[in-house]
Amino acid sequence: MLATLKKYGWSCLAMATFLLLLILLPTQLLGDKTSILILIGIYSMVTVGLCLLMGYTGQVSLGQAAFFGTGAYFSAILSTRYDVNPWLAMLIAAVATGIFAYLIGYPIFRLRGNYLAMATLGLGIIVWILFRELSQYTGGPDGLGGIPNFSIGGFVFDNNLKRYFLVWFFCVCALLIAQNIVRSRTGRALKAIHGSEAAAESVGINITQFKVKIFVLGAVYASLAGSLYAHHLHHIGPSSFDFMASVVVITMAAVGGLASIWGAVFGAATITYISQDALAELGRSQPRLADLDVVLYGLILMLVMIFMPKGLFVTLRDSIDSWRRKRSQKGVVA
Amino acid sequence: MTTEVFVQSLVSGLTQGCIYALIGLGFTIIFSVTGIINFAQGEFVMLGGMLSYFLAKSAGLSVFPALIVSIVIAMLIGAVLYLTAIRTARKASVVSLIIITIGAAIFIRGVAGELWGADPVAPPYFTGDGSISVLGASIQYQALWIVGVTLAVSIVLHLFFSYTMIGKALKASAMNRTAAGLVGVNTRTMSLIAFTLAAALGALGGVVIAPLSLTSYNVGAMLGLKGFVASSIGGFRSHILTILGGIALGVMESVTIALNWGPFRSNYKEAIALVVLLLVLLIRSRKLSEEERAS
Repeated sequence: MLATLKKYGWSCLAMATFLLLLILLPTQLLGDKTSILILIGIYSMVTVGLCLLMGYTGQVSLGQAAFFGTGAYFSAILSTRYDVNPWLAMLIAAVATGIFAYLIGYPIFRLRGNYLAMATLGLGIIVWILFRELSQYTGGPDGLGGIPNFSIGGFVFDNNLKRYFLVWFFCVCALLIAQNIVRSRTGRALKAIHGSEAAAESVGINITQFKVKIFVLGAVYASLAGSLYAHHLHHIGPSSFDFMASVVVITMAAVGGLASIWGAVFGAATITYISQDALAELGRSQPRLADLDVVLYGLILMLVMIFMPKGLFVTLRDSIDSWRRKRSQKGVVA
Repeated sequence: MTTEVFVQSLVSGLTQGCIYALIGLGFTIIFSVTGIINFAQGEFVMLGGMLSYFLAKSAGLSVFPALIVSIVIAMLIGAVLYLTAIRTARKASVVSLIIITIGAAIFIRGVAGELWGADPVAPPYFTGDGSISVLGASIQYQALWIVGVTLAVSIVLHLFFSYTMIGKALKASAMNRTAAGLVGVNTRTMSLIAFTLAAALGALGGVVIAPLSLTSYNVGAMLGLKGFVASSIGGFRSHILTILGGIALGVMESVTIALNWGPFRSNYKEAIALVVLLLVLLIRSRKLSEEERAS
């Protein structure tokens, strides 16, 4: 009884701290960096979707940026060219992306491992080529501008602080849903698939169906994040959704620990901070080093996967856990 | 489409396809020996081209010494990649290995970009920029070099795998790693050789194609992907099918571009390979997964 209380006490405390931080960060602590905090929220959503697929289910997607892009482009095109309300545009984008992911999910998840990786990579690049080439809709390499803000009644999300709360509202919802999925029957099925597909199949888990489901969920997360991204920056171009963008999301997932919901936020925050703040300043002062982040992502990916295949965040958390356990055992002995 | 245009696009497709074949052979050799898809394979093509340019420009090497030195440097990088990143993570899952080689790829690309800048460069032609005329199409000497080199490499590789001890040991490791180990083949050394050989093949492709089609720090990803397509046509096992697949892909690309019909405009050139990739993977998916299960 006490143990359960203690366990849930900790997670309630963590949740409360997290929410408090979310409110304090833009208003009190990092007011001048709100735009980075918004991007962290957006990338957290994409990363969580990928983590569900990669970390929990053990399936690779090297084309996650494609879904991020379809969300952003659907929103942008509908709201600028057809005057669709941004909320409705976001919904249409998410539904369309979900259907797209569902339709390609079934054939593509007949593949696994390396072949799945290459197929998703190819798919991501095809979608990116479409963004670039269908210029009568997408604006081609220049992209689309003048994307309107979200609004509710007369309330317009017209500054960073307002959009910050909007983005993080969606992000926290996405995180909570993801966490519930992980702890549900579906989550256990996904872990079973990760452990052994043959074993999972033999106990009656329809592995392809579960993989496609979680793939679709990840795509919808990415699409929603893409819509938020478009309505936040008001301008999008194909370079935000290329192969490197997919690699960046994978880097975030790797840093966070592929199989961790909160790790995804940690990973997104770390990488977004590095690329948008720390390195951006370095790049401004020394233009020659402007692309240093690519080198850094490569190093991070290699080092994390070689030495901490569970990811930086999870490895740190596990070592803190075992340190605490050791300490409490010592206490019992003494 | 006139005959000349057709022949011309066949020739340029064949030239380009030879490069895909060389890259694809690298994928096939590494995969058959180690079971790893090396996502950094395309970067060795970039390294070959860029190194040969900068060796010729700043160290003043002439064409063939530059070729040799570029390939040797690429081989060293390939060996280092295997020894530092792959061997240390030997027991890693497929997902981890994919991420590691992707990390290696963008690391190499990023460093190349920092070192050499983003501008495309063209090393000098091997033997001048003359051309011969066949059926009204002009074929540059460099294209002849490319086809000749690919042919020579294919023959040398075939002899290497059939008649030398190391080649046979590689083949044995590809057929059955455990059994090869049991008869005294050091499979870890074989993996090292596979990575080094693949790096050499990629770099060679990069050196011979660069004078014709320019090169820059970021050409690796797309070329690597096309090499992968070639390799997938060969089922990641057959060398001859990989070579033919690469050439077929190259020809398919250039002919569809020459047709310039409907959706197949040149802007979509890259998409052709990707569509072929998806089709090949899906058609072969059952066979591939059976093989994976068997291993």
